[in-house]
Amino acid sequence: MTTTNTETSHAADPAQGPSASRRFWTWSAQHPTIFPAVLIVLTCLVVGAINTDFWQLANLFDILRASVVRGLFALGVLVVLASGGLDVSFTAIGALVMYTLTLFVVNVAPELGMAPILALAAVAGAGLGAINGLLVNVLKAPALIVTIGTQYAFRGFLLTFIGTALFMNIPAAMDGFGRLTLISVTTERGLAVELPVYFLVLVVAALLTWWMLNFTMIGRAIFAVGGKPDIAARLGYRVGRVRVFAFAFAGLLAGLAGVIHVTANRLANPFDLAGTELPVIAAVVLGGARITGGSGTVQGTLLGVLLITLVSNVLILVGIPSSWQTAILGGFILVAGLFFARLDKVRAT
Amino acid sequence: MKAGRMDAQLVFLVGINAAIVVAAMALVGDRFMSLYNFQSMGTQVPELGLLALGVMLAMVSGNGGIDLSGIALANLSGVVAFLLAPGLFDASDAPVAFFAMFSVIALLTGVLGGALNGALIGFAGMTPIIATLGTQLLFTGIAVGLTGGSALQLGYVPVIDDFGNMPWMGVPRTFAIFVIIALALAAMLRFSRFGIHLFLMGSNPKAARFAGIRVGAMLFRTYLLAGVLASVAGIIIAARTSSIKWDYGSSYVLVAILIAVMAGVRPEGGYGRVVCVVLSAIALQILSSLFNFMQISNFFRDCAWGLLLLLFLANARLDWGHYTSAVLRRHPATTG
Repeated sequence: MTTTNTETSHAADPAQGPSASRRFWTWSAQHPTIFPAVLIVLTCLVVGAINTDFWQLANLFDILRASVVRGLFALGVLVVLASGGLDVSFTAIGALVMYTLTLFVVNVAPELGMAPILALAAVAGAGLGAINGLLVNVLKAPALIVTIGTQYAFRGFLLTFIGTALFMNIPAAMDGFGRLTLISVTTERGLAVELPVYFLVLVVAALLTWWMLNFTMIGRAIFAVGGKPDIAARLGYRVGRVRVFAFAFAGLLAGLAGVIHVTANRLANPFDLAGTELPVIAAVVLGGARITGGSGTVQGTLLGVLLITLVSNVLILVGIPSSWQTAILGGFILVAGLFFARLDKVRAT
Repeated sequence: MKAGRMDAQLVFLVGINAAIVVAAMALVGDRFMSLYNFQSMGTQVPELGLLALGVMLAMVSGNGGIDLSGIALANLSGVVAFLLAPGLFDASDAPVAFFAMFSVIALLTGVLGGALNGALIGFAGMTPIIATLGTQLLFTGIAVGLTGGSALQLGYVPVIDDFGNMPWMGVPRTFAIFVIIALALAAMLRFSRFGIHLFLMGSNPKAARFAGIRVGAMLFRTYLLAGVLASVAGIIIAARTSSIKWDYGSSYVLVAILIAVMAGVRPEGGYGRVVCVVLSAIALQILSSLFNFMQISNFFRDCAWGLLLLLFLANARLDWGHYTSAVLRRHPATTG
């Protein structure tokens, strides 16, 4: 097919006709990060124009703080998508790890420091993630269906066998870590605006993921396996192992996200996190990672997370009731999906 | 499927149903075997069965087909019908006309929602997972937005309540309707051009395209049909519970997929039988009621459903052909 007939509205100048449209789409295909970036700028400008309260440091810090847990989840989903899979069980892993670990630390090792707690969460999460990867390999079924199964199995296990009670007195180390501030600014009105230290966990995780995907052999392997598994296998990549690694990595980040969630809220609720899968997947898809595998960037994913958090935080500022949030999120996914489906057609020509 | 040939999956599902009933008799006893209990199970099967049939259609169409938006569209249909129908007929003055209008509006919503899914997947070329994930959020979001997040009470309208809960000649009406829809769907998949093309497309999309099947239009109609089935489920849910909630049946996405996988529908496309989906929905409902009787917690039920899904995926990977006769092994892969 050709690109001459439709899409003139997207062209920079209709008079230039098809070539400008064509140039727009090929350029976008090479820079998928532009999509969330443009949406973020647009949202900020529109919201800022309607309500000037938007331009406050407190708002920025709020959005950054709210992005941490979602961002950790999203980085995991990015790696799984890049390897050609899909994971919807990460929130269940996060909830299982956070609740079990909090109970464990309180009852068995109350003196445990924050570093060992994070390490334990990472190991436990990676183990649960590896189960996902192994099952996808063994069952040879779509990763979506397998992880829907494990999602309910993990969550059901947590609520049946571990506990359902809200847990308020979290370990001292976690409580203290949640209160540490990275930046503290006092505004003219005398309010202290703070960015907590746990924001750094997201920064470190993002840098690590970026380095892994771009500069290591396993990163190469993940994209190769995600793009064309049969060719990757012929090149000597062990497809099964790479998949297990990707799912384990996602589990690791989910475990960390769970612990951060507890330290940020200062309570452990086993019912938390469930149902937040779709916004996270939406963020990763908005960031340009493809469900068909083999693509995606850390920058795009972080922008996607920022966009989703922005939308859920600022709607109220422009007078849209928060009950319409979900519908707008869904609209965003569909627009992103249409945009990238269109890109695929351009690429194919 | 030609007469006289056995279908291993069908035999297996009948066996499962029998096994669960025997287990229920052993564990619970006479209370389980009462007519009332079977009628109550019968009123609960249709909503799940219809959603599972929608998932089956999407899976059969191949190319990673799946419909994750089913229960969201069912709830949205109920919400839209609830908000619009009272403007046309009064529920207490003209209950029959009210219920008819309610159903028509719900079905129209289903047609629109299904058409949206179909257009995104068939014509815009979106991946089914992303498209139905997006519409799932969109449908749920619209339902939340319209209701402000609260449940809508339909109140007691005798006609609707009878339809949802009262058996007619011993058979729950919704169950009878479900069976009729299933029969019609099975006949359509087996005999109509649409059905034959659907299975061909699911088993080999490339061959289907070169055979002159318009893949885009086929996908559009498939997801449209799934949307209509979802809206029927929405009507039945509203009638049975006398209320409409945007978050009703939050685990139904899982359960509908579980029913389809248990029925042997191949997630890669090209194979699935309506009768197996119906039997698998019934088996799951009996099991669920058994859990109720034994007072097992809902949380454990979710856990069990997740594990069952994995178990049946594993079952589909095992080659039972080694253990069964040559007749069974030759069972056809592409017929309805």
